[in-house]
Amino acid sequence: MNLVILGLNHKTAPVALREKLAGLLTDLPGAYQALKVRPEFLELLLYSTCNRVESLCATEEPDGAIGQLRAFFAGQSEISPSELAASLYVHRDRDAVAHLFRVASSLDSLVVGEPQILGQIKEAYRQATRNRATGPILNRLLHKTFSVAKRVRRETGIGDHAVSISYAAVTLGRKIFGSLAGKTAVLVGAGEMGELALEHLKSDGVGRIIIANRTLERGLLLAQRFGGEAVSLEELPDQLLSADIIISSTGSPQHLLTREQVKGVMRRRKHKPLFFIDIAVPRDLDPAINDLDNVYLYNIDDLKEVVEFNWQRRHREAAKAERLVAGETLKFLNWLETLAVYPTIISLKEKAERICEAELDKTLKQLGPLTEEQRQILEVLTQSITQKLLHDPIVFLKGNHHPQRPHRDLHLVRRLFNLDPDREAALTEEE
Amino acid sequence: MGNALIYLTLIAYFGATALWLGFFLAQRENLCRGGVWLLGVGLGFHTLELTYRTWAGGYLPVATLGQTLLVSAWALVAAFLFLYWRSPIKVLGALTAPLAALMVSGTLILPAQQDAVSPLLQSLWLTVHISLALLGNAALTLAFLGGIFYLVQERQLKSKNFGFFYRRLPSLEQLDALNYWCLTIGFPLLTGGIISGSLYAQHTLGSFWRWDPKEVLTLFAWLIYAVLLHERLAVGWRGRRAALLAICGFVVLVIAFVGANLWFSGYHSFASFLKQP
Repeated sequence: MNLVILGLNHKTAPVALREKLAGLLTDLPGAYQALKVRPEFLELLLYSTCNRVESLCATEEPDGAIGQLRAFFAGQSEISPSELAASLYVHRDRDAVAHLFRVASSLDSLVVGEPQILGQIKEAYRQATRNRATGPILNRLLHKTFSVAKRVRRETGIGDHAVSISYAAVTLGRKIFGSLAGKTAVLVGAGEMGELALEHLKSDGVGRIIIANRTLERGLLLAQRFGGEAVSLEELPDQLLSADIIISSTGSPQHLLTREQVKGVMRRRKHKPLFFIDIAVPRDLDPAINDLDNVYLYNIDDLKEVVEFNWQRRHREAAKAERLVAGETLKFLNWLETLAVYPTIISLKEKAERICEAELDKTLKQLGPLTEEQRQILEVLTQSITQKLLHDPIVFLKGNHHPQRPHRDLHLVRRLFNLDPDREAALTEEE
Repeated sequence: MGNALIYLTLIAYFGATALWLGFFLAQRENLCRGGVWLLGVGLGFHTLELTYRTWAGGYLPVATLGQTLLVSAWALVAAFLFLYWRSPIKVLGALTAPLAALMVSGTLILPAQQDAVSPLLQSLWLTVHISLALLGNAALTLAFLGGIFYLVQERQLKSKNFGFFYRRLPSLEQLDALNYWCLTIGFPLLTGGIISGSLYAQHTLGSFWRWDPKEVLTLFAWLIYAVLLHERLAVGWRGRRAALLAICGFVVLVIAFVGANLWFSGYHSFASFLKQP
């Protein structure tokens, strides 16, 4: 039994190519229908995300299966064969298992540790089962994959750390306020990054949103978008009384708020904490504001530092996750190899049964008439002798003593008990 | 029997300490749950031990520093578990569990009671006085521990150092709420302890207030907490200042609790509890 993954991802193919191939999988039932009829594919799974298109199959003829999958991917007429060939990668057996574990654990993602990928793979698996494309091997592999991905998430800090500026602002806010629910956020000035941060804050539960902008029109427009209120820039100091979070990103050349202004407000707002995010360059807010009690000011460089630091941590955690994946891959391969010994065990038992029956027949003829009871005793006798004799070879087979060369024991046992008489004859002829 | 229980208590508290320090480092949820569980088991043994001692001696065992530590540790763990049940600040266990373990160790290390106990200590009134004072101390100890966390976390946020402590400590808001909560519970208890003590003193010794070092220091701590509570409610003091005052108040309380007995002498010192008057 072999496992094969064939596909391409953000590292090997440009987005234009990935888009075209993802188009192949829009009609999943059709794709499964087309591929399932091929005898090469025992079990099949197709999945695509924004950064990858991959196919996974269990097969007895890996080379044939790879050829079929290549042909399937090339079926999209707009793709040039040479470009496709250069982007496709193939992983077999151990590499295929490890690759799937890494993909689901988000170790192979563009943003390492992003949480969506596991859900996407789960959905793809659901589709595959609905199309009856999976079987015992892929079912087990996928369930193992989900548990590995969950373990990675639980046991390493791979998804813990904010890796975008706006998300970093949210996590900082949480460390100050505990929860952002019901807090008031003020966005000063407009701009992509400020709006992104506001969006993050809003999805984290910020209650009231105020937009303070130089031109009221633009402010009103933004206020409408976020479901907030618009005020003019001159009202900003008054807004400090009710605000909790202030994001500032104006193009103003001088400071909008000074330390003294904020200090004056703090007593009136009963020292409730104020959280300033200054993402403007040049800075909008007097850096000395940070010296005040219960006031926390971060500028773009501070946030960048958080993000940079978190990236490093994420990559360290990813190394931990890789070790975990390697261990789980080995475990799965061991299971897969014990699977390979079952046909041999069955033919061993069948052979023993045949011999028993034949010998019993002969003996019964020689003994003459017997009672039913005596007959049964003889049958049990032959069966228990063969069973006990076969017990140890079967345990030996299941033990899988040579994980590196799993087929060695198998071949040994098959030859020892002459389970493939034709092959044996062919071998002797060759010699 | 008594000794077996106290050792079981100690083992449970040290076990809880290990689990909680593990939780602090590794941030695994189940370590924290194990810590709470073990602390609860420890408190069970601890309660049995105290019940046994009280029953055997006929009075709350607070005649020596060691005995008083045992009662204080009980109050601390009970207060922590109560707080944990109301609003869990998990990392607080990483300070509470070792502190409780050390206090119980203190009981075992410090000399046990030899002499007979003054009848003054055997009154129900005094049990009320001591229970209120020690429960108040326990709540204010938690305010102190929370204050330490607050100062550390505030330092991290102000200096933009988003490392080890930043990730592990809870939000400033939670720590500040802890400060307020412990203060509103601890301060009335402490006040009740002082009032019941002075009433008892009037009843037995003929004066409400005797300027004993422990009395003076406790009054000083009480004033610090009174200022903090007043400023919190009236002006909205919070955060760093509240944490600092909670720490100051606690330091004075510790001096009153330990120092007044070791360095100064007065009728509140443990030595005087054992002499027959």
